[in-house]
Amino acid sequence: MEVQQSHPPSAIASISGKEVFTVLDLDGRADPTRDPGLELAKVERIYKAMLRTRMIDTRLMKLQRQGRVGFHVGAEGEEAAIVAAAAAMEDHDWLMPCYREVGAALYRDMPLQVYIDNMYGNQNDLALGRQMPDHVTGRDQHFGSVTAPIGTQITQAVGLAWAAMLKEEQRAVGVYFGDGATSSNDFHAAMNFAAVFKTPTLFLLRNNGWAISVPSSQQSAAETYADKGVGYGMRAVRCDGNDALAVYATVAEARARAVAGEGPTLIELVTYRLGPHTTSDDPTVYRDKEEVERHQKRDPVKRLRRYLERQGVWSDEAEQAFAAEVDAELKRAIEKAEATPPPSIASMFEDVFAEMPEHLREQQRQCVEGPRARKKH
Amino acid sequence: MTQATQGNHAKDPGRSAEAATMTMVTAINDALRSEMRTDDRVVVLGEDVGVEGGVFRVTAGLQKEFGSARVVDTPLSETGIIGAAIGMALGGLRPVPEIQFGDFIFPAFDQLVNEAAKYRYRSGGEYTCPMVVRVPVGGGIRGGHYHSQSPESLFIHNAGLKVVCPSNPYDAKGMLISAIRDDDPVLFFEPKRVYRALKMEVPSDSYTVELGRAKVVREGEQVTCVSYGAMLFEALAAAEEVKAEGIETEVIDLRTLWPLDMATVVESVKKTGRLVIVHEAAKACGLGAELVSLICEKAFLHLEAPPQRVTGWDTPFPYTLENEYLPLAHRIAPALIETARY
Repeated sequence: MEVQQSHPPSAIASISGKEVFTVLDLDGRADPTRDPGLELAKVERIYKAMLRTRMIDTRLMKLQRQGRVGFHVGAEGEEAAIVAAAAAMEDHDWLMPCYREVGAALYRDMPLQVYIDNMYGNQNDLALGRQMPDHVTGRDQHFGSVTAPIGTQITQAVGLAWAAMLKEEQRAVGVYFGDGATSSNDFHAAMNFAAVFKTPTLFLLRNNGWAISVPSSQQSAAETYADKGVGYGMRAVRCDGNDALAVYATVAEARARAVAGEGPTLIELVTYRLGPHTTSDDPTVYRDKEEVERHQKRDPVKRLRRYLERQGVWSDEAEQAFAAEVDAELKRAIEKAEATPPPSIASMFEDVFAEMPEHLREQQRQCVEGPRARKKH
Repeated sequence: MTQATQGNHAKDPGRSAEAATMTMVTAINDALRSEMRTDDRVVVLGEDVGVEGGVFRVTAGLQKEFGSARVVDTPLSETGIIGAAIGMALGGLRPVPEIQFGDFIFPAFDQLVNEAAKYRYRSGGEYTCPMVVRVPVGGGIRGGHYHSQSPESLFIHNAGLKVVCPSNPYDAKGMLISAIRDDDPVLFFEPKRVYRALKMEVPSDSYTVELGRAKVVREGEQVTCVSYGAMLFEALAAAEEVKAEGIETEVIDLRTLWPLDMATVVESVKKTGRLVIVHEAAKACGLGAELVSLICEKAFLHLEAPPQRVTGWDTPFPYTLENEYLPLAHRIAPALIETARY
């Protein structure tokens, strides 16, 4: 955890490996010795993106319960870990998502319609309905393509960072994954490769307490997830993932190190998944209500709101006005997505290869000209 | 290499006056060198590929010429190699990772079939994954189960990967250059039994051999024999053997295993009415099974005999008895005779 001379001394460097770096207390008071001193306009942008993500999640959960979208994986409670991490990086830095981080793409101005079309898998979905909802792709936002197998994006993020290094681009790569993914083959390989080759990779480990039903304590016997950095010879830090300013400061510092050629950092973002794993999950089977209630007091959205209120730049009125805006844009996007037809049948055969080979042309013909499925798409 | 095969290469376009005698090992090395010289996006990575030049010396000398940033000795992790290569491809490079032996590719199976193979499709073409995974495969080097397998069918069955397997130095160089320039991920299976067993004249200049094209390497009227990789030479030897019995065999080298060049196979089977498929991968769900099905779909009424498969047995690949496992000429010739006379 030594401070490199090329960077201004930061508060993060002063904390020990096990300590969780925090800036805001639970009521939004910033520790002046640790406050990264962000412009309030930027904090407000981060806050709005977090609140918007929360509102979108709430709406999509309802749509799923109503049978209008097939599935949703939300980020309730993890908005700071997701959004503030993206905010601390440059827009041309790649973000490699797990599947819970669309908030980062939305922060980078992925149009809401693009996301909602993905939720419906309609013909305007960039992935043409080929993936489940929330498996978005966002090249325009330097946001990867979401995949379901756990951990595969981590080694890829190392390769992406490696490419940036070889091409001498001033670019870092942030890769999101959960505590469960630290048990995957790819986490191990990626940590090792990144440390050996000093790739500009930021390992954004959202330790949200649960991998579906398996608690963090059963995922790893290490005292902290940051401890895992030691075995790979990688710098590792812990940070309160429910504290947007702490996330920002931690990620910004790691990014500066990475692009200066000082190698990767494992950042354990200590957070909590307030909602179910996905709409298919029932967390009451494996955890107590009291545990969730305890963590609700750490709610990252409320905490940052209190900070902004203390700075005098946010208020109930501002909150209501913004919420009304988000409601309206959501309503429009959902209506449009629901009125948009499914992808063409022919499109199912495209993009397997750059050019469609003969056997797929033949199968495309057979499918298009053949009998239609009786259930509607 | 038979005269017939060599003769056909003389007709290949792009064959220049400058040529050198090469094995498959040196031809592949030459292809890598040539692409790395002209395209700085091409990087090589894998276990022991740098300082040592690979356990088969296929990448020998590349690190010396291009440096350790472009020819990278990686830690020992196949999923790390392929996952990183995918990331490099996403980031605009043209990685050519090596998996030391086909038998060790399975830790990277997830990255290959769920990731590399699916990037274009799952992102609606936003992301693509142009890379060539070089993999020595096959038996015949006394390697036992863990240095002899032929895993091609596993990768063909999962949509999104091109799978190729050249049989000779000329094709190996030209197909590797094509594969590196291809915009899709390509699994480049190298029959290691052929690595040094065969020398031929190979143009010194860069040239391409188009992917997706099979090649008739011996013409015949009575039975079609389809093979690829090291077993092609066994098929050719068997064809020569049964000629003495008055049977003229048409031998096809598939070269690209997926997507298949069925037009060439169908045309031949329509002429001969008879089909024998030879591969050293196990029989069950092997590429031969797919070829027989496709021939039944496309040329059933032309068939005069049941198609036959001469393949590796459905056992693990054995060490001591490998020549009993492999579908060598002594097993192919009777199948050709039986099919031709059926």
